[in-house]
Amino acid sequence: MTDERIVAVTMPKWGLSMQLGKITGWIAAEGDDVSIGDELADIETEKIAGTLEAADAGTLRRIIARVGEDVPVSSTIALIAPAGVTDGDLDAAVAEARAVIDAGVPDEAAGGPAVEIAEVGGRKVCYVGTGQDGDVVLLVHGYGGDRNSWLFLQEPMAARYRVYALDLPGHGTSAKDVGDGSVETLADTVLGVLNAIGVQRAHLVGHSLGGAVALAATARDPLRVSSLTLIAPSGFGQEINAGYLRGFADAQTRRELKPVVGQLFADESLVTRQLVDDLLAYKRLDGVEAALHTLVGTLLDGDRQRTGSAAALAACGGEVPVTVVWGTADRIIPPAQAESVAGAARHLIDGAGHMPHMERPAEVQAAVEESIARAG
Amino acid sequence: MARTITYREAINEALAQEMERDESVIIMGEDNAGGEGSPGEMDAWGGVLGVTKGLYHKFPGRVLDTPISESAFIGAAIGAATAGMRPVAELMFVDFMGVCFDQIYNQAAKFRYMFGGKAVTPVVIRTMYGAGLRAAAQHSQCLYPLFTHVPGLKVVLPATPYDAKGLMTQAIRDNDPVMFFEHKALYDLAGPVPEESYALPFGEANVVREGGDVTIVALGRMVHTSLEAAEQLAAAGVECEVVDLRTTSPLDEDTVLESVENTGRLVVVDEAHPRCSMATDISALVARKAFGALRAPVEMVTAPHTPVPFSNTLEDIYIPDAQRVANAVKTVAEWMR
Repeated sequence: MTDERIVAVTMPKWGLSMQLGKITGWIAAEGDDVSIGDELADIETEKIAGTLEAADAGTLRRIIARVGEDVPVSSTIALIAPAGVTDGDLDAAVAEARAVIDAGVPDEAAGGPAVEIAEVGGRKVCYVGTGQDGDVVLLVHGYGGDRNSWLFLQEPMAARYRVYALDLPGHGTSAKDVGDGSVETLADTVLGVLNAIGVQRAHLVGHSLGGAVALAATARDPLRVSSLTLIAPSGFGQEINAGYLRGFADAQTRRELKPVVGQLFADESLVTRQLVDDLLAYKRLDGVEAALHTLVGTLLDGDRQRTGSAAALAACGGEVPVTVVWGTADRIIPPAQAESVAGAARHLIDGAGHMPHMERPAEVQAAVEESIARAG
Repeated sequence: MARTITYREAINEALAQEMERDESVIIMGEDNAGGEGSPGEMDAWGGVLGVTKGLYHKFPGRVLDTPISESAFIGAAIGAATAGMRPVAELMFVDFMGVCFDQIYNQAAKFRYMFGGKAVTPVVIRTMYGAGLRAAAQHSQCLYPLFTHVPGLKVVLPATPYDAKGLMTQAIRDNDPVMFFEHKALYDLAGPVPEESYALPFGEANVVREGGDVTIVALGRMVHTSLEAAEQLAAAGVECEVVDLRTTSPLDEDTVLESVENTGRLVVVDEAHPRCSMATDISALVARKAFGALRAPVEMVTAPHTPVPFSNTLEDIYIPDAQRVANAVKTVAEWMR
């Protein structure tokens, strides 16, 4: 029998489509005592690289997954156990875990949750939901992103909530026509998706332009929003990296796009070839370039950011609890603008760039869940 | 949204979407509607290997079944292009190009230049190439180097379903004559392809695998052969960077040179004959412009300088395979001065 004191370290599922992860390096070694939050291993998925942190404390007794090996999500890659557990018991657990890794991804695992489609204002809007119970949380990505931007957040949060992520018009697999591209037009999409899901109230989480959009939706109808979490939201100050916004819209090749995308992250090595290729494939879809240029006009007035978010926040009337999350190393919108989000609970994430929900998902998740808890 | 479809379906989808989008797009070729032994128009063959199947009824009057006279219908397609249409002509096997070569290299390729940019010739000539289907010497050649040689033609060789759709879309929207090469052995290859339209720019090579030890430059079907070799070699500790040229004209020199600057070693894999080919062209490019980076002589893996054999056994040996690519990579990786 397996000793109950053995705790499995498993391959995380970063995103709905992730089936395999590859350990690019073990940071912890066998025999190390680890605490919760300690970095265990660097892991690469086909989309992005990340660091796995310990979710349990104890001694790392066995490392099972080899560097460079493809490992199915949720299979055991290492074992944490106290000194009292015998080598025999550990070896049995290792053999069991090894068999699972060697078996690879089961065929029926292919796919992930189905994409749902709503029609809002004559436009096709795609969204994906996961999670069985609890409040509805709707995740709204930023300029140039899509529902997969939430890959590190949506799946973990689904344990406690029904978590939906949408593709704004002009993005992902939604219609590429953005109309006037205004924050208001995009906010219609958010409310339209809530209608399609069939909920009266939801918690909104918006990143960057998606933050301004979630805020505008809240201002429109505060009774429909239980809590609002804004991650590096746009529209709270004049300063913004206009070069990034235009560079992303204009980039035609991988060579042009990669350095632009690098600015999103504090650590540019997080940007994998696959991430750049996926963005390039998106940018090449008919209508996307025009949509992005329209949205640049929504965000910018010359080289300065249009500032409508503070007024939208005031229009919410203080009825909705608001949390703002910002990376201190954000190179797109300065984190100092967090000060302008009046009345919000503030979480500054030390050393994170403009994509804290990809760079430091555990901290962002904690902030979002705290925000949800404040709604009571 | 991306779903998995075949190379054949990807080309068909690009044609259908462009015909939907632009009514000047028409299709011309042999056996589009009927064919030998078929009762007539109702039985749409969709070309000899079924790539245009379904379009004849979907776009009435815009899929033209032509007589077996390549010089006539390729000439007609080129003429229609100069008069405002965007014809996509199917020339079955590239091996038959000889009978309509004047129309292509001495007419279509020259119009923009000779009329001072005032004439455009937005024609796409689709054609099948490559060995492996037991089709013998007159139906198996890789004649893309002939067309790459001619200024004024664009030459495209997709290796994947995704590239096939995006490059076909670009080919149709392009204002220059485009030679679109489809490898017979790739038609059933499946891969993720977005449902929406997208155009892939010409002249942008694709780094399909990253690696720091040896650069493999390949095209068409040989991209897959090279990836197979790279997979084997990775297990042996040699990391290959595989560059898919995607188009031979225009040619993305920068991606090739950047990769060789990084690895210092080059293997070119080309299913065509070895003389005056993409293999020699890329070798010369690197020898001239990245000489200082080279740490070993360039290796080429190609078919031999012979016709494609009719014997199954000989044909199998004729086509470059992963083992030959791996051997060439080992040669450059282990080369000592």
